[in-house]
Amino acid sequence: MPDQNTHLIRVVNRDQSFKCASDQVLLIAMERMCANVINVGCRGGGCGVCKIRILQGEYECKRMSKAHISDAEQQQGFVLACRVFPRTDLEIEADHYQPRESYYTNRDARKAAC
Amino acid sequence: MRKGVMRPGHIQIRVLDVEEALKHYRDLMGLIEVERDSQGRAYLKGWTEVDKFSVVLRQADEPGMDFVGYKVLDNQTLEKLHGELVEYGCNVEEIPAGELNGCGRRIRFDSPTGHMFELFAEKEQTGKWGLSKVNPEAWPRGLTGMKATRFDHCLLYGPNIAGTLDLFQKVLGFELAEQVLDPEGTRIAGFLTASMKAHDVAFIECPEPGKLHHASFFLDTWEDVLRAADLISMEDVSLDIGPTRHGLTHGKTIYFFDPSGNRSEVFCGGDYHYPDHEPVTWKAEDLGKAIFYHDRVLNERFLTVLT
Repeated sequence: MPDQNTHLIRVVNRDQSFKCASDQVLLIAMERMCANVINVGCRGGGCGVCKIRILQGEYECKRMSKAHISDAEQQQGFVLACRVFPRTDLEIEADHYQPRESYYTNRDARKAAC
Repeated sequence: MRKGVMRPGHIQIRVLDVEEALKHYRDLMGLIEVERDSQGRAYLKGWTEVDKFSVVLRQADEPGMDFVGYKVLDNQTLEKLHGELVEYGCNVEEIPAGELNGCGRRIRFDSPTGHMFELFAEKEQTGKWGLSKVNPEAWPRGLTGMKATRFDHCLLYGPNIAGTLDLFQKVLGFELAEQVLDPEGTRIAGFLTASMKAHDVAFIECPEPGKLHHASFFLDTWEDVLRAADLISMEDVSLDIGPTRHGLTHGKTIYFFDPSGNRSEVFCGGDYHYPDHEPVTWKAEDLGKAIFYHDRVLNERFLTVLT
């Protein structure tokens, strides 16, 4: 029998999916499944790194920084995955955060990572 | 040359929900809740701090930092620095006494990195929390969580750190204690002190103005840092990185996030600075080790996640 409280989250642009309980936020559920389909930042609705767009399905959302999700964007389904509780199965699109490249990251982090 | 700025006095942090934030700053970090004002702002302090408060939480739509205030020796110093800030070309605003409960007149000014700062000379002194002024005991009973002792410094990201470093050094008399230089000699990070501490404020170059990387609080020992890590796990708090040691300042540290995504640090130890010390230099090529002395590898999240 399917579990009414667990929902399938399909990440369409990554061609992957993970399960999320209705009392969990998407980002934490994803991390607990050891999946790597949404980028992880502060996990508190502040930094914008986990910005996604929900294409289909119902959800509830805690407060998010308006610096990253304006009212208009929220109307269009943009959310921060660390603040979203699924109410049905969801289809989402990851990778909507536009990182502002820091000098530091560009020139040195990438070099150091090689 | 020192100009009479003594120490970081307060930071006003924007949070999405004050009640949730209090669970973080009061219950987890162990800051003392002092009071709430008529605007709903919450005032807190570390137990060793003599002034009435050092952290102010303001509910807002965007997390981040409103301003950091530094305490100066006296009103004469405040007046002198007020004039020098105007002369330097800052946009300066006078905030009347009492706008923050228990705080005297504040001189607020902007900076090239897009951060707002303040100077003040007077704040109600309530003394160290839970201790007598005479024959004080080693520590007060009744502390909670990490038992953070004081607001120590913050790390701020923004463009043109050269400009803000110049302002802090020339006008406010801070000294450059540590720095990161790239191969061309450009300074990409500067750690400034107004005291013997390795940093009272630090800046890192970043195109976006006015960003907060973290607000930092002091603990006495490495054991306390490990205990903080235990509490972060027990409470399922969002961990960034640590416990580890920095190359820069050599502090022993752990980073985590408040419920609105502002990064917090608790740390212990670290280098000291005297006015005759040359700045300690780390090479940008060795930034991994400069930031995470043990891993020696950079962590993308630590560099780019800001509020």
